[in-house]
Amino acid sequence: MIGGLFIYNHKGEVLISRVYRDDIGRNAVDAFRVNVIHARQQVRSPVTNIARTSFFHVKRSNIWLAAVTKQNVNAAMVFEFLYKMCDVMTAYFGKISEENIKNNFVLIYELLDEILDFGYPQNSETGALKTFITQQGIKSQHHTKEEQSQITSQVTGQIGWRREGIKYRRNELFLDVLESVNLLMSPQGQVLSAHVSGRVVMKSYLSGMPECKFGMNDKIVIDKQGKGGSADDAGKSELGGSGKQSIAIDDCTFHQCVRLSKFDSERSISFIPPDGEYELMRYRTTKDIILPFRVIPLVREVGRTKLEVKVVIKSNFKPSLLAQKIEVRIPTPLNTSGVQVICMKGKAKYKASENAIVWKIKRMAGMKESQISAEIELLPTNDKKKWARPPISMNFEVPFAPSGLKVRYLKVFEPKLNYSDHDVIKWVRYIGRSGIYETRC
Amino acid sequence: MPAVSKGDGMRGLAVFISDIRNCKSKEAEIKRINKELANIRSKFKGDKALDGYSKKKYVCKLLFIFLLGHDIDFGHMEAVNLLSSNKYTEKQIGYLFISVLVNSNSELIRLINNAIKNDLSSRNPTFMCLALHCIANVGSREMAEAFAGEIPRILVAGDTMDSVKQSAALCLLRLYKTSPDLVLMGEWTSRVVHLLNDQHMGVVTAAISLITCLSQKNPDEFKTCVSLAVSRLSRIVSSASTDLQDYTYYFVPAPWLSCKLLRLLQCYPPPEDGAVKGRLVECLETILNKAQEPPKSKKVQHSNAKNAILFEAIALIIHYDSEPNLLVRACNQLGQFLQHRETNLRYLALESMCTLASSEFSHEAVKTHIETVINALKTERDVSVRQRAADLLYAMCDRSNAKQIVAEMLSYLETADYSIREEMVLKVAILAEKYAVDYSWYVDTILNLIRIAGDYVSEEVWYRVIQIVINRDDVQGYAAKTVFEALQAPACHENMVKVGGYILGEFGNLIAGDPRSSPLVQFNLLHSKFHLCSVPTRALLLSAYIKFINLFPETKSTIQEVLRSDSQIRNSDVELQQRAVEYLKLSSIASTDVLATVLEEMPPFPERESSILAKLKKKKGPGAVSVSELEEGKREGGELNGGGDRGDSSAIAASNASTPSPSADLLGLRSAAPVGSAAPSAGSLLVDVFSESGPAAPAAVNDDGFLSSAAPPPPAAAPAAVVSEDPAPPLPESDELLNKFVCKNNGVLFENQLLQIGIKSEYRQNLGRMYLFYGNKTSVQFVSFSTTVTCPGELQSQLNVQTKPVEPLVEGGAQVQQVINIECLSDFSDAPLLNIKFRYGGALQNLTLKLPVTINKFFQPTEMASHDFFQRWKQLSQPQQESQKIFKASHAMDTEVIKAKLLGLGTALLEKVDPNPENYVCAGVIQTKAQQVGCLLRLEPNAQAQMYRLTLRCSKDTVSKRLCDLLAEQF
Repeated sequence: MIGGLFIYNHKGEVLISRVYRDDIGRNAVDAFRVNVIHARQQVRSPVTNIARTSFFHVKRSNIWLAAVTKQNVNAAMVFEFLYKMCDVMTAYFGKISEENIKNNFVLIYELLDEILDFGYPQNSETGALKTFITQQGIKSQHHTKEEQSQITSQVTGQIGWRREGIKYRRNELFLDVLESVNLLMSPQGQVLSAHVSGRVVMKSYLSGMPECKFGMNDKIVIDKQGKGGSADDAGKSELGGSGKQSIAIDDCTFHQCVRLSKFDSERSISFIPPDGEYELMRYRTTKDIILPFRVIPLVREVGRTKLEVKVVIKSNFKPSLLAQKIEVRIPTPLNTSGVQVICMKGKAKYKASENAIVWKIKRMAGMKESQISAEIELLPTNDKKKWARPPISMNFEVPFAPSGLKVRYLKVFEPKLNYSDHDVIKWVRYIGRSGIYETRC
Repeated sequence: MPAVSKGDGMRGLAVFISDIRNCKSKEAEIKRINKELANIRSKFKGDKALDGYSKKKYVCKLLFIFLLGHDIDFGHMEAVNLLSSNKYTEKQIGYLFISVLVNSNSELIRLINNAIKNDLSSRNPTFMCLALHCIANVGSREMAEAFAGEIPRILVAGDTMDSVKQSAALCLLRLYKTSPDLVLMGEWTSRVVHLLNDQHMGVVTAAISLITCLSQKNPDEFKTCVSLAVSRLSRIVSSASTDLQDYTYYFVPAPWLSCKLLRLLQCYPPPEDGAVKGRLVECLETILNKAQEPPKSKKVQHSNAKNAILFEAIALIIHYDSEPNLLVRACNQLGQFLQHRETNLRYLALESMCTLASSEFSHEAVKTHIETVINALKTERDVSVRQRAADLLYAMCDRSNAKQIVAEMLSYLETADYSIREEMVLKVAILAEKYAVDYSWYVDTILNLIRIAGDYVSEEVWYRVIQIVINRDDVQGYAAKTVFEALQAPACHENMVKVGGYILGEFGNLIAGDPRSSPLVQFNLLHSKFHLCSVPTRALLLSAYIKFINLFPETKSTIQEVLRSDSQIRNSDVELQQRAVEYLKLSSIASTDVLATVLEEMPPFPERESSILAKLKKKKGPGAVSVSELEEGKREGGELNGGGDRGDSSAIAASNASTPSPSADLLGLRSAAPVGSAAPSAGSLLVDVFSESGPAAPAAVNDDGFLSSAAPPPPAAAPAAVVSEDPAPPLPESDELLNKFVCKNNGVLFENQLLQIGIKSEYRQNLGRMYLFYGNKTSVQFVSFSTTVTCPGELQSQLNVQTKPVEPLVEGGAQVQQVINIECLSDFSDAPLLNIKFRYGGALQNLTLKLPVTINKFFQPTEMASHDFFQRWKQLSQPQQESQKIFKASHAMDTEVIKAKLLGLGTALLEKVDPNPENYVCAGVIQTKAQQVGCLLRLEPNAQAQMYRLTLRCSKDTVSKRLCDLLAEQF
């Protein structure tokens, strides 16, 4: 179990230090600073073992969060907790920055007391926490006496993530499918590895204790229904470029509100949603991924002092859709002494501080193509090492799910209050972003 | 480019550095550096030439980036260009960059060396200094190769500036340290010594570092420096503090130079010249006097400088170890420091005193400080100082104060730091043994030691107590009584139980008369500890029980009961179970007579080196001061080992170890190995309790060997190693023996009272066969007779020797034969070693001889005519191919004898070749597997002077040298 939790700023100064167990001493704080934050070689592993003590760290901008233990704990659990901790802090005071942490340190200690007990993670549901941990960061909303008195029974009850008696005039529901697509492609255009990791994020403003049911084009469900042939998947090919009907999900995890027993037996996702924003599920797919862009690099070395680079990008989705925030990053050799760039579209610039040419395009429709060419001058060096040619990477945002996932339905039942599924206003949005999207050159 | 005003420095660099300092994160820093690197690259790439200032600025930036930990792979060329600038700052930055960033790029090195060469030959002293500093900083082999010849010239040239000389001396020192083979001694060396007379103190200081280093390698070449150093030292010491203005440091004249001079003098023995020596003694006295004067300043620097000189002077006094007066004065001075406020001074004083204690002149003087040292041991806050105090106590211990010191160390042990406890325990154990006046005191001390620091008492220590108790009749009763009392403590250490079990098992009967320690009480006491002990101790206790049955038949039934209990006879540990079963049977079947024989009291242990001392030596590493000190302490005689009336004879025994004296030298320090000095074997069946050399022996047997007469000892422990098992060093006369056989193949190789070794050998081409005959001259058989032939060092690759094993038993008066096959792979100069080991009357004999295999054995005679001979003679005309010796005849100059010898050598004796008929000329080819070496020999006798001149020419230089050496001994 977690023995202690420390938060450092970028200099390695301790901002928050909370020790849960006696086997962690103060010297652990210094050990992490010396061996990880100030390490001569950059420490890449998120788990570091120093003198029989394990340190699990995550970094948020310039802030380091480190969980420490001397025991053999479940590392995945610790990281899940650290991410949750980040979420909770963000929900309370916004961006995790040194200033925010310094301003809210009383609150953070209060939170740490609540979500970890003797190193064991407890309730980390923001919604529930906000009802009883109120600090300046939270506008005190609707805290009547009776609500306060309900806290104990709610937090310890069966449905710890939702309290009773919530009422909205408009029953509304937002559903976002957020995906990031990762790719590594060879210079010849062969896919070396590709996967999509996605999240379904919901924001629900529903009255009472509604029972929800979520359906998507999961291959197993579709195949099972098979001949039953429901009419739910009408208009299936409206989004994305592919007409495929179902997708294969490699693995998925759910929010605690989802009834796992039901998912295991019927593969249906039913739940009583928390109030407000939460992440319903996370999933990963590796098959039949729609790659929104194709990068075609061409690098030619002219003698020892010159390099010619030409890069073509092609968008590969429906012409009616628009990709945004496109950025192509072409690495340059370390001995670059000058660069000339010509591009048809967008803006391109040599950034010496990053050793790369950065090409930005604001918008680009589907089934289009654009190109950039650059001449790079090199300084002869006495270093015999050849340039390693790091891959060209790319960033973008597209309004569809590259995995092909589609929401088939989201049904809401509330037997006690008199509103039906049809009265709920539902919004669905798909966003596909680039993760690590690289092409070798 | 803005005009740069003086002192403004490089603005761009300052901005860049402050940018880097302001970076919030590592990433930001890397970005800034990348940007700057790109900028510098574009500047260096630019077609228009850069001016010196900007070149310097950018090189500086690169250097700064490199020092931040980033790789720099360009800019070297620009830096080299800076070297040729005429501006000091530009040149300086260029050199700086090169000293930091030089790599073994051959092309650049050439350019750099060129630039350095130019600067060295320029007349500008600052440029010369920069170049010298660069050479010293880089110090690579290439640099050494290029400049090792040049720098000594600059150093001793008359017109070189002082500052340049200083740099040159230090630069040369650095080159000498990195590649000593490239710095060749020459005529400059004598002139370097005279730099000690230089007027400029800086030059002297620099030169003395160089001389100290050089003289450590070639002391003879720099012998003259002693008198110069002494006169220099006396000038400094006697000078008033105002004389050496620039070199007076807080009222102390030239402290660094003085220290270095004193250190240089420590490389040499005391000067022989009376005047020089008188002057030096005067200096040392002055230094000691000055220490007594009231300080001229309260500043710590003043006292530091003064004390540095003082300690260096004391080190010199100790090094000379010949001036009793000075030694005593030094000791008194150190005694004052023992109570000084400064911890460092106390530490240094204790450390120096440790060495002083070993000098015969100052030992007594050191002893007067015993109270202070004991006090230091008790009250010092710093553990390292306490450690030194303990060392000093150990060093100053002798018979007069041993009791006090041991008592103090024991009492300190209770509170001692864990890190030094084990060492302390060993020291106490050794002192107690060495200076024991009566053994009861010794036993008390060691038992106390076990009580206080049981965990740190190693096996060797308690083995030793038992060994001594068993060997000394007078102490056995007392020991039994004391152990019995010690065991009555409710909680005692396991080591105590071991000692108790062993001693009561042996000598319990001595105290059985007292009703308070009746046999049954003793047994019950021991058995009450049984269950708290580890398996080896339990095994030992079981053996003690069976001994009890022998000693006290009335306890038999009780003990049998114990042995029969399930916890013994069905113990899961095999060793314990076996013992229980065997002892039970032994006690029930054997008659009392048999029991009495089997379980007889242990015979006295043979003498050998104290295992404790061996352990301390191992801990400290060879040559540690305290150990050698201890050995020296032996000469004082009259200790425990040579105790009482037998003092004299045992002192002799200790020193030459040739007269075996049964119980005199218990420590047996020097009795290590010499042949024939075997101590009497007290029974070859005795298992050596201390046998570290028998690791194969089961631990249990090792632990309680006192039952060994009951069961035959395991073979590994059988050679009750009285003499070391390692091959003895070759006999001193073995070289002579070897020479006897250069010109003959058969004869008697070796003979003493016990053994005769005959030899018969034949050689063909590169192969040889040797028959060795070992004759037993006594009437007693030799047991475990074994011989081994080893080729030391590189001989292994030059000679291939195969032996057939010999019978391990040589009957009295009999002879055994051994065949050795030899193959010569390439030319060699050493001889293989023959090691012979056997047991005569139980004592191990160990001797090593050189096998008479010499290179000339592989000669093939070659006949040739006079004209052929001289033609070949001329072909082998390179100086290293020839080797010549002129020597006096050691035998009569008989023509026939000489001819016989030359023929015996294996060469062909050529008649009528040399125009002078008196001369002898020989030719032959040495056959080795790898090659053939042709040899020509010429021996010119001079009958009037009784001298010979021997000249050898061989196609291989090592061969001619070796042959020449061998032959010179023959005539």
